[in-house]
Amino acid sequence: MINMKRRTFLKGSVAAGAVSAAVGAGLLTPRMVLAAWPTNAFQAKSVDSALDALSGSHALEGSDKISIRAPDIAENGAVVPVSVTTTIDGVESISILAEKNATPLTASFVLGPTTEGFVSTRIKMGKTSSVIAVVKAGGKLYSTGKEVKVTIGGCGG
Amino acid sequence: MASIKIRAKVSDGVTTVKALVKHPMETGQRKDKKTGKLIPAHFIQEVTCEHNGKAVMTALWGPAISKNPYLSFKFKGASKGDTLKLSWVDNRGEKDSVETQVS
Repeated sequence: MINMKRRTFLKGSVAAGAVSAAVGAGLLTPRMVLAAWPTNAFQAKSVDSALDALSGSHALEGSDKISIRAPDIAENGAVVPVSVTTTIDGVESISILAEKNATPLTASFVLGPTTEGFVSTRIKMGKTSSVIAVVKAGGKLYSTGKEVKVTIGGCGG
Repeated sequence: MASIKIRAKVSDGVTTVKALVKHPMETGQRKDKKTGKLIPAHFIQEVTCEHNGKAVMTALWGPAISKNPYLSFKFKGASKGDTLKLSWVDNRGEKDSVETQVS
């Protein structure tokens, strides 16, 4: 319940000056304010609308400075290990999307200034699709993709 | 509720954090085989890792993260013996956190 209050507080006070006061007082860093869970982005049914909801844009620029490590064939769609590494400077966040999942956005990692451009996790994939890594740096979105074949889907069932 | 296993190791100034959380990560799309009813969604929404009280990484997760999620990332600026705090909160407001020393 405490958490619910915190969430309401964060959402409700963005318009009011409470947050900026808190930021000024050093209670909240801007990063923490941004961290309110983006419901719309996670419920979006397409890659474009998920990115719109998450970052306000889906203008992706292909980049060879991002690499995705994921299996070519995932036997079990419920557990697909995915690692994203990028050498882009000033990375703000790394998001991982599975293009053909019912809701493509799987995760978005907000990185601190001292954090390296690397994240690794395990995702669920409903069917064979492309895994897209979106790196936000300097207000722009860079992306790369990798096709992962799924033999047994990991959503529903 | 010790739901988190975490390891943080520093080498050449870069700390690698690996964490494993015990959580069902229910999508809300699966049906209970016996009753045919949908199993309500239950998944971690936010994982935060703090070093000296500063967030080094905040992960926003949807239900498409695998059951018993694994997470790894790297950051600079920590030294041996520093305290790292990792905490998560799920869509039902349940939460847990753990503190560990960088080794």
